Amino acid sequence: MTATTPAALPVTTTPPIAVTVNAAAGNAKNRLTSRWASMAAVVLAVLWTIPTFGLAVSSLRPAADTRRSGWWTTFTDPEFTLKNYRDVFSDNGLGAFFVNSFVITIPSVVIPLCLASLAAYAFAWVEFKGRNLLFVVVFALQIVPIQVTLLPLLKLFVSANLAGTFWTIWLSHSVFALPLAIFLIHNFMREIPKELIEAARMDGAGHVQIFFRVLLPLLTPALAAFGIFQFLWVWNDLLVALTFAGGGDAVAPLTVFIANLAGTRGTALHLLSAGAFISIIVPVVVFLALQRYFVRGLLAGGLKG
Amino acid sequence: MSTAEKFLQMGLAILLFVAVVAVVLLVAGRFKGRNGDRAVALAFLLPTALALGVGLVYPALRTIYFSFFDAQGQSFAGFDNYQQIFTDSDQLTVLRNTVLWVVITPFLATGIGLLYAILVDRAKFEKAAKALIFLPMAISFVGASIIWKFVYEYRPDQGSIKQIGLLNQLWTMVGGTPQQWLLNEPWNNLFLIIVMIWIQAGFAMTILSAAIKAIPDDITEAARLDGVGPIGMFRYITVPSIRPALVVVLTTIGIATLKVFDIVRTMTGGQFNTSVVANEFYSQTFSADNQGLGAALAVLLFVLVLPIVFYNIRQLRASEGR
Repeated sequence: MTATTPAALPVTTTPPIAVTVNAAAGNAKNRLTSRWASMAAVVLAVLWTIPTFGLAVSSLRPAADTRRSGWWTTFTDPEFTLKNYRDVFSDNGLGAFFVNSFVITIPSVVIPLCLASLAAYAFAWVEFKGRNLLFVVVFALQIVPIQVTLLPLLKLFVSANLAGTFWTIWLSHSVFALPLAIFLIHNFMREIPKELIEAARMDGAGHVQIFFRVLLPLLTPALAAFGIFQFLWVWNDLLVALTFAGGGDAVAPLTVFIANLAGTRGTALHLLSAGAFISIIVPVVVFLALQRYFVRGLLAGGLKG
Repeated sequence: MSTAEKFLQMGLAILLFVAVVAVVLLVAGRFKGRNGDRAVALAFLLPTALALGVGLVYPALRTIYFSFFDAQGQSFAGFDNYQQIFTDSDQLTVLRNTVLWVVITPFLATGIGLLYAILVDRAKFEKAAKALIFLPMAISFVGASIIWKFVYEYRPDQGSIKQIGLLNQLWTMVGGTPQQWLLNEPWNNLFLIIVMIWIQAGFAMTILSAAIKAIPDDITEAARLDGVGPIGMFRYITVPSIRPALVVVLTTIGIATLKVFDIVRTMTGGQFNTSVVANEFYSQTFSADNQGLGAALAVLLFVLVLPIVFYNIRQLRASEGR
């Protein structure tokens, strides 16, 4: 996904009040403005959709055609093929990179979720000295750009004999994700009524039982929200992958494959379009399926400060 | 490594960290009641503290340190690297481009996002309409760059050669001669920035749309009864009500734009005077082997983020105080 992270938002999260449609508003002037408004909206929507649509159509056209004419000519002279997809898998070895993208992404989502849930619990529900200060420090670490850490991290990995393995990418993504994950999950945890925790304590439950029996079930939406963020972020990342994975198909993900293809075979439009479309389709499906959680995550930063 | 081995390794990595959590919980479980709180906190925070200390704080400090050293990181160079960033003509171009990106992207993306959020608010197909603008957010910068490369594609203006890029097709239809959009300086920067706007507008729209929906109905109703038109509504009701959200959106996009690297690298590789700080950092560090300058650029990135963050925090405080 984009480099956009959810920020603390001063948006009230009360559900929108049932819309009271003002029937009287339907006078001529308003109808006119609303017609212009609809047209403007349609124009924007088309502008935003056409580039992706063009890529999708291009990926299905014969290689020679993509060099000879624009994708829009297909409508008058339709000719489609799946050969580009076959080629990009068989001749260019996209399959290994596709596998790598999954192998990279899943632990990079699970590891920070595990560690951040523990830390967020401590920050939210365990009393200890210096808690607030420590939380502010973790929160502040969000603003460190990952560029600042890359070269020293690479050297660390080399001296730990991890260079060129998945571990470099898993660990880097996990570390970079922790501050935001802790912040988000902490905010959700604080939303849970104190009485619930107190009652569990009265019943003799320790932190472990409280964590698993009381909090975890209630936290599922928060974990899902962060999980989607992190999934999109890691799947779409180029910088971390380029730095640690090299260009070969041993550990490098799809983004590196596409970027290299664009660099070395920038004129092979038919391969480029098919490869790019494959790399796009997975996050788009995840995104559309879980949009609800994603939006909630975006807006969640500011439930409580 | 075969595919099966890769997935096996993945499974083991996940198991390892689940085991870490289990051990932490087991240890913490031995301390019950309030007296054990300190021990519990320590157990819960230790893995995070280790990860952040070794993986974030230490490398950042080391980078700051080496930004005062030469290309090989061997002899002390004082402020030479920083001086180079602010005097060398190539580096000045990088700075100029970065300013262009950071000034243009947040405002245009937020403007378009806000406009669209208002246009489709309470419309019949609001959900579907939003999804269309929203979708680029799920696409990687690399993927988006390829998508737009197709739009900007150029064919020379000769005889029967047809344009294959949509932009040049439209451009020639209105009588222009085909342009190499990504080569013509300084406009090529603008065409790269458009890609970022295309991605970020959806983010702006989502946040602002939620803010607009949170405006109480009685306020808008009262204004409407007072005869406030659509433009007045926008100016006197909508914008003031969602001001805090606007600040958050602008600053968040600003920070994301500062760090953008993938778009420039994929589309032009930083050639034709299109490099930005984040891209220059990568080239200097990993391609040109100039550690010192690379480190200084990374530190610069960090320093540039700070004022935006502080402004954001101040605005948040102010809006909470009201």
